[in-house]
Amino acid sequence: MLTISRELVDQIVAHAREDHPDEACGVIAGRDGVPERFVRMENAERSPTFYRFDSMEQFRVWRDMDDRDEEPVVIYHSHTATEAYPSRTDVSYASEPYAHYVLYSTEFDQFRSFRIVDGVIEEEEVKILEPEG
Amino acid sequence: MAIEVRIPTILRTYTDGAKAVDASGATLEELIGDLESRHPGLQARLVDAGKLRRFVNVYLNDEDVRFLGGLGTPVSDGDTVTVLPAVAGG
Repeated sequence: MLTISRELVDQIVAHAREDHPDEACGVIAGRDGVPERFVRMENAERSPTFYRFDSMEQFRVWRDMDDRDEEPVVIYHSHTATEAYPSRTDVSYASEPYAHYVLYSTEFDQFRSFRIVDGVIEEEEVKILEPEG
Repeated sequence: MAIEVRIPTILRTYTDGAKAVDASGATLEELIGDLESRHPGLQARLVDAGKLRRFVNVYLNDEDVRFLGGLGTPVSDGDTVTVLPAVAGG
């Protein structure tokens, strides 16, 4: 299960809408599996059907996470014409076995989360923590 | 001569869980060959048909080796090589 604050969900959705019709992508860093620090990434492909982190930006972001003892808790990207379900390419390039792969579809306004390990997709429940008060 | 190689989570099955290992060589290609002798299987995850795999990023210190000399990039003692799988999809 992915437990995530409303604020972080809103940031993912806003980023996806901003970059639509191109795919948007990014990371939420955190510790002990808790997503905390939102990091929007450049889609180096600037494409409506593909995304790829810019290699130098990824290097800096991964080094920052290392320095802060963080891990990529969430890796998110948008689909802009299809459902929020991992595509074949998403599965073949999934390389963070401990990350929650979040997909947001701007077309269908769907927010879903998956584990992708060794080519196997497992959808998981998303629990959104609403702000108090 | 030792060069630190930082290994991403997904490839740590080849290094008994180690986040970083030492290797030696005069070029990145030699370094990967040396890694392979200690951690069999790693080379094939990094190199395919004599070239770096497209969806693996390798950095020498702070630079992507694609912008240096690819597998022919010279490396030397004290350098740090970082391997990161590209984050990509469709």
